[in-house]
Amino acid sequence: MTQNLDLKPLDNILEAKTTTPSDLIPLLQQIQTAYGYLPQQVIAELSKRTNIPANKIFGVITFYEQFHLEPNGKHTIRCCRGTACHVKNGPKMIDAITEVLQIEPGQTTEDMKFTFETVACLGTCFLAPVMMINNDYYGHLNKNKIQSILESYS
Amino acid sequence: MADIKVTINGKNVTGKTGQTILELAKENKIKIPHLCNDRRIKPVGACRMCLVDVEGQRNPVTACTFEITPDMVIQTDTDEIRQLRKTVLELLFYEHRGSCATCDANGDCKLQRYAYDYQISEDVIKAAETAQPKENYSTGSEAIEYDSNKCIRCGRCVRICEEVQMANALTFKGRASNVEVSTAFDIALIDSTCVICGQCISACPTGALYEKYSKGKGQTKELKKVRTTCPYCGVGCQMDLNVNTTTKKIVRVTSEKSCVPNDGNLCVKGRFGFHYVHSDKRLTKPLIKENGQFREAEWDEAIALVGKRLKEIRDKYGPDSIAFLSSCRCTNEENYLMQKIARTAGGTNNIDQCATTCHAPTVAGLASSFGSGAMTNSIDEVKDVQTFFIIGSNPTEAHPIIGLEMKKALAKGAKLVVCDPRKTWVAKHADVHIQHKPGTDNMLTNAMMNYIIENDFHAKEFVANRCEDFEQFRENLKDYTIEKAAKECGVDADLIRKAAEMYAKGTPSSIFYTLGITEHTCGTENVQNLANLAMLCGQIGKPSSGVNPLRGQNNVQGGCDMGAIYSVLPGYQKVADPVVREKFEKAWDIKFPTNIGGRVTDFIEQAGDGILRGFYCLGEDPVLSEPNQAKVIESLKKLEFIICQEIFMSETAKLADVVLPATSWAEKNGTFTNSERRVQRIRKAVDAPGQAKPDWQITCLISTAMGYPMSYNNASEVFDEMASLTPSYGGISFDRIDKIGLQWPCPDPDHPGTGYLHKDKFVRGKGLFHKIKFRHPAETTDEDYPLILSTGRTLYNYNIGNMTQKSKPIRQKQSRNFIEMHFSDAEKLGVKKGDKVNVRTRRGDITVEAVIGDKVRPGALWMPFHFIDQPTNKLTNDAFDNITRTAEYKVCAAAVKKA
Repeated sequence: MTQNLDLKPLDNILEAKTTTPSDLIPLLQQIQTAYGYLPQQVIAELSKRTNIPANKIFGVITFYEQFHLEPNGKHTIRCCRGTACHVKNGPKMIDAITEVLQIEPGQTTEDMKFTFETVACLGTCFLAPVMMINNDYYGHLNKNKIQSILESYS
Repeated sequence: MADIKVTINGKNVTGKTGQTILELAKENKIKIPHLCNDRRIKPVGACRMCLVDVEGQRNPVTACTFEITPDMVIQTDTDEIRQLRKTVLELLFYEHRGSCATCDANGDCKLQRYAYDYQISEDVIKAAETAQPKENYSTGSEAIEYDSNKCIRCGRCVRICEEVQMANALTFKGRASNVEVSTAFDIALIDSTCVICGQCISACPTGALYEKYSKGKGQTKELKKVRTTCPYCGVGCQMDLNVNTTTKKIVRVTSEKSCVPNDGNLCVKGRFGFHYVHSDKRLTKPLIKENGQFREAEWDEAIALVGKRLKEIRDKYGPDSIAFLSSCRCTNEENYLMQKIARTAGGTNNIDQCATTCHAPTVAGLASSFGSGAMTNSIDEVKDVQTFFIIGSNPTEAHPIIGLEMKKALAKGAKLVVCDPRKTWVAKHADVHIQHKPGTDNMLTNAMMNYIIENDFHAKEFVANRCEDFEQFRENLKDYTIEKAAKECGVDADLIRKAAEMYAKGTPSSIFYTLGITEHTCGTENVQNLANLAMLCGQIGKPSSGVNPLRGQNNVQGGCDMGAIYSVLPGYQKVADPVVREKFEKAWDIKFPTNIGGRVTDFIEQAGDGILRGFYCLGEDPVLSEPNQAKVIESLKKLEFIICQEIFMSETAKLADVVLPATSWAEKNGTFTNSERRVQRIRKAVDAPGQAKPDWQITCLISTAMGYPMSYNNASEVFDEMASLTPSYGGISFDRIDKIGLQWPCPDPDHPGTGYLHKDKFVRGKGLFHKIKFRHPAETTDEDYPLILSTGRTLYNYNIGNMTQKSKPIRQKQSRNFIEMHFSDAEKLGVKKGDKVNVRTRRGDITVEAVIGDKVRPGALWMPFHFIDQPTNKLTNDAFDNITRTAEYKVCAAAVKKA
């Protein structure tokens, strides 16, 4: 662990209120928002300050897909694998993203621009096939549309 | 707890409130299969193998979590239940990839057992892609290996690591079919918070976790389990040596759940510290020194020489010219014979053992206060203590399994007061941690007691009815105010007040201490003052309440019990008592020696002064274990004749004229007495290397050669002779302790043994208050030596390290000496983490690695003493307790500079 990150964001998060082990998930979410991912150094410090053992935190982090131990790209793509999307050619959309960005689900582009994830369902079946980039939805996708959407991000 | 009647499979059985179906079934020998349950951890009902039918429940319930209620009707083995379990097993086998043929757990695997019991289809059993485990957190560990192919994700390893060991090293990683066991951030086990206890291995129901060095050394069908007692600390854990019947080697060490006192738990030394038995450095032939060189000799020649020389010295110079140093690493039988040979063939009371180095102040101090110098309570009572007062003791490292019992109590909400100059595990988890300056214990306890009396927290009735000499004791305390103590001890006054009140008001409270109390020039007084504290608050003579010295060595209780002390005979019968002397004169057919005798520290001084000339040293290495090494060596070199009985060539043995090869604990029979006064068996599991003989046989040979014939057929005969002469051991025999050891006093064959002492009255009648004045340590800091150095034991190593350092898993974790220093001192001296520093005292200097942090106080230093090539005792002070001559290992003035 040779990182040397600024711990100020963590200070701010922990200052806000006293913490108990049941606050762990919201804490991790805030840390991830602040740092873009969950750096080992910050988690070690979190463990020290909250007395929640690092093994427990690690168990929680790895259990939930939303948490990342590696830095994420600038933009996060979440492509839907739900039933409605599936029948509307969803799997092909996943292939299309892979083809355009040259990364598999779970990976980040080399230029750190995009992280590509798939999710079980985005809950917007009327838009199927659908993906989200950051907080924006893109529905009724096809391969061409995907290409131009991705190109629109800088 | 009320009785509850239920029916299991049509049979009427009776259980207790709070008992689960599984526990009750087990008690009644009704087998319910289970994979994720271990009696040492909380049940979770994860594996679903223990499903049973309970009348009135819609679905089958998990027997491990479901508590019994009155008139419950339970079916454990219906066709439907069997089918359900079979499905569970098939699902487990979907994840389990491994072949029993190459697995070390073959024959000792629950999954394999149930696969057979439930006749699982071969179709579901998958082979592993490779026989080697995939790279994971355990890769590179010399101790523990994890093979996820064989893991069924029951979580026992993770839970025992968290709940019992509280090491928090392991966790489940990922979810669903990707779950594996790992450490936080997948860091290597050796770099994690793992304490290498191997409890994870002991909890694993399959072959997924195993001792790395045992792989391929033998499967269950080739192994024979030999029950014995751990050879390391004074807890006296029961363990099974798993011996390969073909190779005749110990393959691994296991422990059976429900055994007393450790319930299947072991620490790193117990589980991974046995390799020394098969070391190629073992002594195998007698050695005689000629012209400064050792040459191998036959037993007859060596024994004849020893007998002749010791006899010559005794006859020429008298009883003060020879001394016998017994060993608390050895058995009761061997200690009995060592004090017997000293007083018969040797004609001297110059007999001692290593308690002088550690707990002699306990034996003397508690005997004077209470009448008995031993732990007052049982290990089993520790978990029910409600307020701990732990002073000068690091139980999670030095007595790890008692540490686990303390953790149990803490998990139940016990309060914890710790007085220790170091931030140990217990200190970190304490409600009150008093980090006082080394050597200020009596200032602290006096102020606490003064405060307790001033505030009327003391047990007036107990003091009036059960104790004596209170007034003079009380008068003495008046000088010791909290403020004065706060200043002298360097701690916050309120912490002392809080500690005093918590201890006095605990229901019950119990004191635990070790060498932080005894290894001082005021060691005995420190002990007496703790006895004062307990009596003052009436916190003694009850279950889970008393004064509990945790004894250091496997048999240091026994070594003292056996009378390997100049002033007492077995069972602390006083040499000074003419009736006692007459009894032993008759039994041994001798004229009792008339000299007073001395302790090991006296022996060394007298060797230097030319008074002592012959020295018989059994399994001890004073060159490494006594303070001020240079002076020890100089003194021992002046002796005319030294004989050492050893398993390895030791630093002292190098100075000897004759070295005799002895068997290790795994190669002989006998008994050890643990810290809670429990006499337990050790058993021969493997053959001794070469011509090595059990120590008791060698002592008999030497005695005979000296003209006092001694001969016994086995260790049991020696024990019986001792028991016949020792009232507190009178009811104990090898037969009676075959399964579970007995706690003395146990005066007759029907006596059940004694769990806690001083119940209605103290052994000496009334508890005696001592007035104790605070005295400064022998050496104080000055300009040249501005820091205070204390020494102690780590979790991973044991004493001089010649046993533990033969173990690869232990060496991997800790193989070099180091010094702990506070970062404020390090900064002043310009020392950084990992730098080599030169540590210097008035007696010598050594160079070791610096470990920087806040474990010690500013101004304090701490070093272990386990490393032969960097001997810490070059530094320590040969200043001694005024009563027992125990050295002040805990305080000496030192200086540190960057090397």
